[in-house]
Amino acid sequence: MIQIEKIYKRFGKNEVLKGVDLSIPQGGIYAVLGPNGSGKTTLIKCLLGLMIPDEGTIKVLDKPIKEQWKYREEINYLPQIANFPGNIRVCELIRMINDLRKKEGNEDFLVKLFGLEPFLDKKLANLSGGTKQKVNLTLAFMFDSPVMVLDEPTSGLDPASLIALKKLIRDEKQAGKTFLITTHIMQFVEEIADQVIYLLEGNIYYTGPLSGLYKKTGQNDLEHAIAAITTETRHA
Amino acid sequence: MLKILKYSFKDLMRSRWSYVYFLFYLLLGFVLLFLNNDLSKAVITLMNIIVVLVPLISTIFGIMYYYNSREFIELLLAQPLKRTSIFLGLYLGVAGSLTLSLFLGLGLPFALYGLFKSGDILNFSLLIITGSFLTFIFNGLAFNIAISNENRIKGFGYAVLLWLFMAVIYDGLFLLTLIVFEEYPLDTFSLVATVLNPIDLSRILILLELDISALLGYTGANFKAFFGTRLGITSALLMLMFWLLIPLWTSIKQAKRKDF
Repeated sequence: MIQIEKIYKRFGKNEVLKGVDLSIPQGGIYAVLGPNGSGKTTLIKCLLGLMIPDEGTIKVLDKPIKEQWKYREEINYLPQIANFPGNIRVCELIRMINDLRKKEGNEDFLVKLFGLEPFLDKKLANLSGGTKQKVNLTLAFMFDSPVMVLDEPTSGLDPASLIALKKLIRDEKQAGKTFLITTHIMQFVEEIADQVIYLLEGNIYYTGPLSGLYKKTGQNDLEHAIAAITTETRHA
Repeated sequence: MLKILKYSFKDLMRSRWSYVYFLFYLLLGFVLLFLNNDLSKAVITLMNIIVVLVPLISTIFGIMYYYNSREFIELLLAQPLKRTSIFLGLYLGVAGSLTLSLFLGLGLPFALYGLFKSGDILNFSLLIITGSFLTFIFNGLAFNIAISNENRIKGFGYAVLLWLFMAVIYDGLFLLTLIVFEEYPLDTFSLVATVLNPIDLSRILILLELDISALLGYTGANFKAFFGTRLGITSALLMLMFWLLIPLWTSIKQAKRKDF
């Protein structure tokens, strides 16, 4: 489904991705983990074409994505920080994205699920962080696309919405979709992820099921396993 | 691209600044006509204001609009849309709405004054065309600055400097060179120097059309002698076209390579 080959990306002197190789088959939930600044968001942005890698190729559905845009019809993206134009209303934003993607969205269901009805006529600049994130989630989930890329989906959500989100992700997975999720909430990963991709200093440290990561680090819960890797490399 | 244009235009039509700009021109038109009491004189005065003010407003407005649309651009980039069409749509939206303000703001008072019955309609249209060119050109330059500068304050500073250079400093340097090298033949130099500044180019273009030799000055006379009136106007328009296309092309090229 997604092939990433030898991706390099640097910002000035700071080399963020150092030859990342990754292959993601169709279906399942992949958690992209790693300490702050390990290149998770950069990798995801390269996949979406928001950033342009210095070297390497990325293929989505077997087609290279360089200077392409059509392939984004197959991807739904949830950005990390919900930056929206402030002076438009929630309902206008939803309508606009619907219009731009030329697809039927199931926004009514999502608006209800996240309890956004009272906010539809409010301007985005006046929403709280959590509510913005719900709008963000609505926009990301409203189309039926085979690949879902979620960057920190849980940030700012209340417990009720978090439960709704987890159910939503599981339901969509049942429908055969591929998820790529970055997060720092390890409990969330343990609950929903099938596979873990662990990025460390711009390289892939580990890919595989959660149990493998436990074995590799000799720990028996994810939080400690991750912390063990981070401190181990810091001492080295 | 048309959809982006639609949304950016809609967004701008909602912004207070488009109306401020429109009202400013409306007021300017009425005041000039009231003071001059004569259409062709008002056109000349207007020219002097347009060649300086339109670049300033277009640069500042263009850069402000880009920085304010950062979020909108990031949202659009994740959608299945071509980068070129996103940036072209935004550019046309902002340049189009500014041109519309200029056209309506000046057109209304002049039309009410009886522009259509007078012989000045051609001169006036050329003035509006030049104003539109300047709007598009300086919007393009502003986009270049905005795309290559993440830091808003820096970008804003460069934009103001660009305007100051083109509108004021350039002419000063030009004049200084003419004085310092007055013993040498300067025809070619002045011709080239005029072409290299869209503001000078616009001024000469309008003066050629108005055919006021007293106002043409050395460069204008030079331009006229070299091209003749008709050819002069056509070539000046052609140069303005280049001035429009080159910044647009470079800004799109930059946008294609940029990381968001």
